Amino acid sequence: MNETILKVEDAHTFIGHHHILQGLSFEARADAVTVLIGRNGAGKSTTLRTVMGLLPASQGKIIYNGQEIQNKKPYEIARLGIGFVPEDMGIFANLTVEENMRVAMLLEDEATHQRLERTLEMFKDLKNFWRAQAGILSGGQKQMLAIARAIVNETSLLLIDEPSKGLAPIIVDALIEAINQIKGHSVVLLVEQNFYMASCVGDHFFILDDGLVVHSGNMAELVDDDKLKSRYLGISKAEI
Amino acid sequence: MSSETILKRWNNELTIAGAGLLFLLPLMGMTAKTYLTLTIAGLAMGMLLFLVASGVSIIFGLMDVLNFAHGALFAWGAYVGFSVFGWLRGWLEADSVLLNFGAFFIAILAAMAAVGILGIILERVIIRRVYGNHLFQILITFGTTIVLVELIRVFWGPNDEVMAVPLTFRGNWDLFDVIVAKYRIICIFIGLAVYTVIQLILKNTKLGTIVRAGVENREMVQAMGHNIFLLFTGVFAVGAGLAPHA
Repeated sequence: MNETILKVEDAHTFIGHHHILQGLSFEARADAVTVLIGRNGAGKSTTLRTVMGLLPASQGKIIYNGQEIQNKKPYEIARLGIGFVPEDMGIFANLTVEENMRVAMLLEDEATHQRLERTLEMFKDLKNFWRAQAGILSGGQKQMLAIARAIVNETSLLLIDEPSKGLAPIIVDALIEAINQIKGHSVVLLVEQNFYMASCVGDHFFILDDGLVVHSGNMAELVDDDKLKSRYLGISKAEI
Repeated sequence: MSSETILKRWNNELTIAGAGLLFLLPLMGMTAKTYLTLTIAGLAMGMLLFLVASGVSIIFGLMDVLNFAHGALFAWGAYVGFSVFGWLRGWLEADSVLLNFGAFFIAILAAMAAVGILGIILERVIIRRVYGNHLFQILITFGTTIVLVELIRVFWGPNDEVMAVPLTFRGNWDLFDVIVAKYRIICIFIGLAVYTVIQLILKNTKLGTIVRAGVENREMVQAMGHNIFLLFTGVFAVGAGLAPHA
């Protein structure tokens, strides 16, 4: 299978007067985990927010499963089967873990409840804190909750924005394992600055710089290409 | 155990005890009969204020919108209720508890519906444009108040009107020599019922949970597939619709 689930063509996005995405184009394949990497301010998070409709593209096309979605509202895009885990996790801190999950569940049918069970098996900590306020969870648990909310519905594309940010290495490893499990059910489009995590879960990469794709290829090639990593990501082999 | 530890451990109990003492303090200067009459009157007035304030509180608490037009919405509710009472005068004066209550609830429902619809129009046309900007909210809802009050004059005339009271609600009950106005007791019960229903909806229903989530992070609720604007229009309509209860 080599079909494209998401295609972004010449997308331009502004935040205020700032021109963030300046004609971005890339594709996410249905059989691979695609990772967007790049330095701070390259436009990675803006790309995910543009796909999600939270920062509408002023120009260009976003095609999801053959359907143009650039003019749709965020809730319409979510209902098409796109899950979103934002950089700040977007946890409802004053709601309990259970209530956070309830808000996320668009349907209350058997299949959704089965997915919920499966998700709670994957993230056991959420079960232990089921009735606790989400605000008291640790950073890693909040990230788990954010991902759990995004996959509890029938999600065919999951957008995850820097899940490893601020987390201890042991939690990052747990997240890598979780994402590797999730990719069996949903296509994952990941934004990640942590190259270790990106290389562990990614199959295909796009390097962004100044709102444009400057390089793309297979993750295995990037892992071996020190020149490219140093040039666009500012990392040397010793740091990985 | 030090006094600081005692204060910490018994904080809630001490607060309740203090409030209870304050509540009973007036008994030192009046008879129990006067005290009870005034307390019930005070509770009834408190409930009336609660009914007016509950809508403002919901709109501000859940949507972060300062709605200065709430008083005008309350007035609209009162005038709609007044008109309905005018049409159902026969029911109000009938010597039947059922007809009296029927007229009362029809008036409440009609007023809620009218003000709810007015709330939807206000939210869509005016409030939606000023989300997140308190200064603009104050200015624009203050202007809306002027328009709504003038519209009342257009539809109902400039004179003050006196609302009829259903026959069953008139008069007093004599409870152990304490005279209690029936209307006040009904106000207290309606206030308690409205409070209970609001709490039940917000805490025990999925819709209430989504609304509370929307207050925390509007964007995330949208990204989860919920039409937050439709939801907030509904909240505004309910908040506005609560005004006529008073």
